[in-house]
Amino acid sequence: MEQQYRVSSSPHFRSNESVSGIMRDVVIALLPATAAGIYFFGFNALITVLLSVGAAVATEFFVQRYMRKVPTTIGDFSAVVTGLLLALNLPASVPWFIPVVGSIFAIAIVKQAFGGLGFNFMNPALAARAFLMASWPTDMTTWAVPRAADGVTGPTALGILKEALPDQLPSVMNALIGNIGGCIGETSALLLILGGLYLVWRGVIDIRIPAVYIATTFVLLFIFNGFNFQIAFLHVLIGGLMLGAFFMATDYSSTPVNFRGQMIFAVGAGLLTALIRQFGGYPEGVSYSILLMNVATPLIEKYSKSRVFGGGKK
Amino acid sequence: MTAARDVVKLFRVLILLIVYCIFNSRGETMGIFSFKGGIHPPHAKKYTEHKAVELAVEPTTVAIPLRQHIGAPCDALVQKGDYVKVGQKIGEPASFVSAAIHSSVSGTVKELKVMDTLGGKDLCVVIESDGLNAVDESIKPYPPLESLEAKEVMDIIKGAGIVGMGGAGFPTHVKLSPPKEKTIDYVILNGAECEPFLTADHRLMLETPEKVVLGLRALMKVLGVPKGYIGIEDNKTDAIDSIKKAAASYPEIEIASLKTKYPQGAEKQLIFAVTGREVPSGGLPMDAGAVVNNVATAAAIAEALTTGMPLIDRICTITGSCIKEPKNLRIKVGTMLTEIVEQCGGFSETPGKIVLGGPMMGIATSTLSIPSTKTTSGILTFNEADSKTPDPSACIKCGKCVTICPSYLEPVYISAYALLDQFDMAEKYAALDCIECGSCSFICPSKRPLLQSIRLAKREILARRRKA
Repeated sequence: MEQQYRVSSSPHFRSNESVSGIMRDVVIALLPATAAGIYFFGFNALITVLLSVGAAVATEFFVQRYMRKVPTTIGDFSAVVTGLLLALNLPASVPWFIPVVGSIFAIAIVKQAFGGLGFNFMNPALAARAFLMASWPTDMTTWAVPRAADGVTGPTALGILKEALPDQLPSVMNALIGNIGGCIGETSALLLILGGLYLVWRGVIDIRIPAVYIATTFVLLFIFNGFNFQIAFLHVLIGGLMLGAFFMATDYSSTPVNFRGQMIFAVGAGLLTALIRQFGGYPEGVSYSILLMNVATPLIEKYSKSRVFGGGKK
Repeated sequence: MTAARDVVKLFRVLILLIVYCIFNSRGETMGIFSFKGGIHPPHAKKYTEHKAVELAVEPTTVAIPLRQHIGAPCDALVQKGDYVKVGQKIGEPASFVSAAIHSSVSGTVKELKVMDTLGGKDLCVVIESDGLNAVDESIKPYPPLESLEAKEVMDIIKGAGIVGMGGAGFPTHVKLSPPKEKTIDYVILNGAECEPFLTADHRLMLETPEKVVLGLRALMKVLGVPKGYIGIEDNKTDAIDSIKKAAASYPEIEIASLKTKYPQGAEKQLIFAVTGREVPSGGLPMDAGAVVNNVATAAAIAEALTTGMPLIDRICTITGSCIKEPKNLRIKVGTMLTEIVEQCGGFSETPGKIVLGGPMMGIATSTLSIPSTKTTSGILTFNEADSKTPDPSACIKCGKCVTICPSYLEPVYISAYALLDQFDMAEKYAALDCIECGSCSFICPSKRPLLQSIRLAKREILARRRKA
């Protein structure tokens, strides 16, 4: 028998990109901000991060292995990303069961129940945060004061903005490096931007999405606050905007795949964030605005398809 | 508040940085000589790009397939026992969309038999060479191009069996016969050679630029077109220089230095890069007023004009990780691929896959016991590890395939609908506009069979249209 060679459909050449590589890059990009959160909020923050990530990975394994009976994919790091993002969206002072329940909800209900990676229509971490906010509102809005003894709590900078207490506002410098109250991961705007730029450099995200999101929020809040530059500027730096814009509005499966759709998503999320922060009942609007845009994604995609090459202007 | 001012300054720098990133994040400055989308696969041309074209060892026996492109096979003009000479016509086109076939050796026809070819099984004329390479009496140089009529040039091209040598092998005289109502403004020669590994066109442009230029002038004459372009990717600066020199005395010919990006050499993308015109969806290049030919095709036309010799050989790049001595060889049509590989020192290890053409659009062959044709531009060998089709995982909707698609499609959804047998939806997502360049499959981090499923959708859609 003569030597027979493999045949297959072209192309016969593939790039080195992989899902696990992308997810690993996201984890790397989040590490500086995570480290800052642990530095500012102490041991409790570390425990919350570990519990959240551990529960996410364990849930993914359990659901895939014993409930869906499909090959497990914990090696692709996507559960790590979800767990980490959830932890970064929690106050450091939450009791131990909050990150665990949140991660189980994120992975089992939001992700795996809809078919696993790529099929979730909402950002699992944000959906879990919304679920926790509705279930344990007090725990979810008790904020530790940075670099203070355990148990000392205070208002977040966004809360101060909302209550219009100008003399208690943090300095821009503190907001930038993260020496302010808030969730574990949303303290240091600078480190979040750094992580985001790493993802841009690695080709994981398109910088135009966070840039348009942040710019829309900034401009609207600038107008709403009577052209007060400082307030609008602080709005961009504090709260979950940097985290949301760089790491969640750029989530793959719950946002549009085409560029036009992504821009509509970013502007919409910016608009909703500004409206909720300025006129809504909550001080923070990032997570709800992204979730609302998540559910609008199929609709956006339907109407944002680009014209086909040679198909004339549309 | 001085600290705040410093921070504002810092933030300004950051904004500038972000603005800079926005305009450079995809690295696409829409210059004239490029297109939107595309990928940057490793060039992998270093194995052969500095190796001059060698003449392949004279084959002792050739098997010339009577069908070398889509369409009807040629009718055999010879029988068993006939003596044929180099350049003698042995296959007569049975229809207009077909090209004549000529003998590449002199010798005796041993038999006409159905053999394995790249396209399946085809009737081949097997000729045992006498080693003399006696040239057929009909082969003689034509008068210079200036003294020929357009119609005469056209007949020479048709008579020489010239086909598109980039891959599909479409008969060139058909491309040169647009309906009267179509005006052709440009003839574009494709010297992009955007496929990784291949260097045959590169060497051709470097070593015989005058042939390429003469061929282009002949094509412009046939179509009565005043403007000709030669598009070359800017990773082949030596070829650009060499062609520029050869075309220096012809102001009607312009060299377009193209951005190195795959698929820069795809017909529609090339026309857009050079002229800024888009071939309408479902249309042909002539609908954008352009005719595109490969540089090797132009050189073959020049060969026919200056020597009278029809298309009987071509340059082929033999390369890849399993070839001992990668080479650019000029091989006669009908040479068995096994012999060609032997001339390159054989295999350094047993290949897992062998591809004819480039790695992005070439065709994998299960056997090397097939003859070369007018379109064998490359023989690529992949080792066992590189030839495995990667296992696909779930789509993460990263949208990379959408970003890079040179036809502005959404491969992710066409593929998803195709895999669900929802071909009408695949059609709505413009599956038929896919040019099958394979960029989506290349870039996919989940290694999904995007192009493969889109091909399936295209076939189904066309089959249903034929039925209806």
